[in-house]
Amino acid sequence: MLPIEVRDVSLVYDTPGGRVHAVEAASFGLAASEFLCIVGPSGCGKSTLLNIIAGFLTPTAGEIRIGGKAVTGRGMDRGVVFQDFAQLFPWRTALGNVEFGLEMKGVAKAERERTALAQLALVKLEKFAHSYPHHLSGGMQQRVAIARALAYNPAVLLMDEPFAALDAMTRDAMQRLLAEVWRETRKTVVYVTHNVAEAVYLADRVVVMTPHPGRVKCEIPITLARPRDPLSVEFLECQKELLRQLGGPGEEDH
Amino acid sequence: MSERTDRWRRIRRTTGTLLVVAALYEIVARSGYFPAVLLPTLPGVARTLFGLVTDGTMLWHAGYTLARVMIGFLLAVALGLPLGIWMARSRAVENFALPLASALMPIPSLAWVPVFILWFGLGDAVTVAIVFYAAMFPMLLNTWTGVRAVNPLWLRAAQAMGAKERALFWKVIIPGASPLIITGLRQAFVRSWIAVVGAEMLAASDWGLGWIIFDAKEFLNADVMLASLAVIGAIGYVFERLVFGSLERFTVLRWGMVRAVKA
Repeated sequence: MLPIEVRDVSLVYDTPGGRVHAVEAASFGLAASEFLCIVGPSGCGKSTLLNIIAGFLTPTAGEIRIGGKAVTGRGMDRGVVFQDFAQLFPWRTALGNVEFGLEMKGVAKAERERTALAQLALVKLEKFAHSYPHHLSGGMQQRVAIARALAYNPAVLLMDEPFAALDAMTRDAMQRLLAEVWRETRKTVVYVTHNVAEAVYLADRVVVMTPHPGRVKCEIPITLARPRDPLSVEFLECQKELLRQLGGPGEEDH
Repeated sequence: MSERTDRWRRIRRTTGTLLVVAALYEIVARSGYFPAVLLPTLPGVARTLFGLVTDGTMLWHAGYTLARVMIGFLLAVALGLPLGIWMARSRAVENFALPLASALMPIPSLAWVPVFILWFGLGDAVTVAIVFYAAMFPMLLNTWTGVRAVNPLWLRAAQAMGAKERALFWKVIIPGASPLIITGLRQAFVRSWIAVVGAEMLAASDWGLGWIIFDAKEFLNADVMLASLAVIGAIGYVFERLVFGSLERFTVLRWGMVRAVKA
């Protein structure tokens, strides 16, 4: 039984310009503790697919199964991290933000605080527990968002280009930190990105999507040993292969 | 340290402006162009004010006015805040309430005084109703806008963490709308404070800052009038700066949802 299964998921919507096949018959599964990246150019439906998995959008066909059960709508079995820094609640401190999910679960205050502090320590922000988001840098805010999504212990972590709005140096540091967090928590992760190097650095497996309609083109396993060296020959080979898949023609259009 | 020097600079600047205006007034008052009864000197006004405060009458007048404002203002908040939220959350409520608000809002609250006097008779009911009318619309419309301006990402994030309607309302929508809710409270209070004085002039009997000014006119007591105006200004200032200013500092400014202007 796989922790997540995406089965023949399609999303079609009508616009004044005609029908748009945002996602067409996407299927893939994730093993426990697997880190899966969905990579594709903008408009390929990768974020839409993530939003379907998160339960924010209802697919027009197909189903999402989590832990073997078909799910509809949102659930605490999934934690979500968005791209926008503004996802944090500005009226809550870093600690208050991380506690939110636990509060919704009805966890008692003392335990809530203990768990939230542990999560903040995991992303190396325990010193900033009592800071408000507007006093934190973009990278720190995204780390709080990751801690917040992990705090209530969801089975799956869904991440929608969480580091895309960061500068290159901060992004590298964030990727290293996320790889560490993942190694420690052993979460199953679905991570959407358009950044090929990021996918090769983080993923066990990469799902490549192509636009119009948004389809899964192929899956590429990344078997490089961790921690990965982005300057190694093997790393660059993987990146080239992925770029070839993204840039080259799909098998279906001859 | 720098916060403290900033504060002193701000206080100096405010008092500086007031002192210049007071000095100009004093020069004109002492010039002898106008009769002293109409343009009393500031020390004269201060003496009258001191007398009215120490014998307690001014405190009673201010107390009555403040009580009327508070009752009308709180009623307006009690109705305007939930209704504004409801309007922002339900299209049907918005369709019903918005045209009504748009039609009633441009009518000056004081224009209702004669009507209210017919309905309620002279007295506190009229002044409270006028305050309520004046405070209602700023509260309603700011809340309505504030709730609509809540970042959808906060709702989405909260829902992903299992927040249901109740938690969404108290823990996301209310704090998320707080910058405009506070603006609504502020504007509502200022409008109430302006409206109450006018309403008291027309509808109150025996007590109230508006009433005392109108009454003093009969006896050509310009010093009493000016003393009362000073009290009206001072109370309004205290509420605006201390009450609502602190409310803002402890909430939306601290949260970075609105920014303080840099010196």
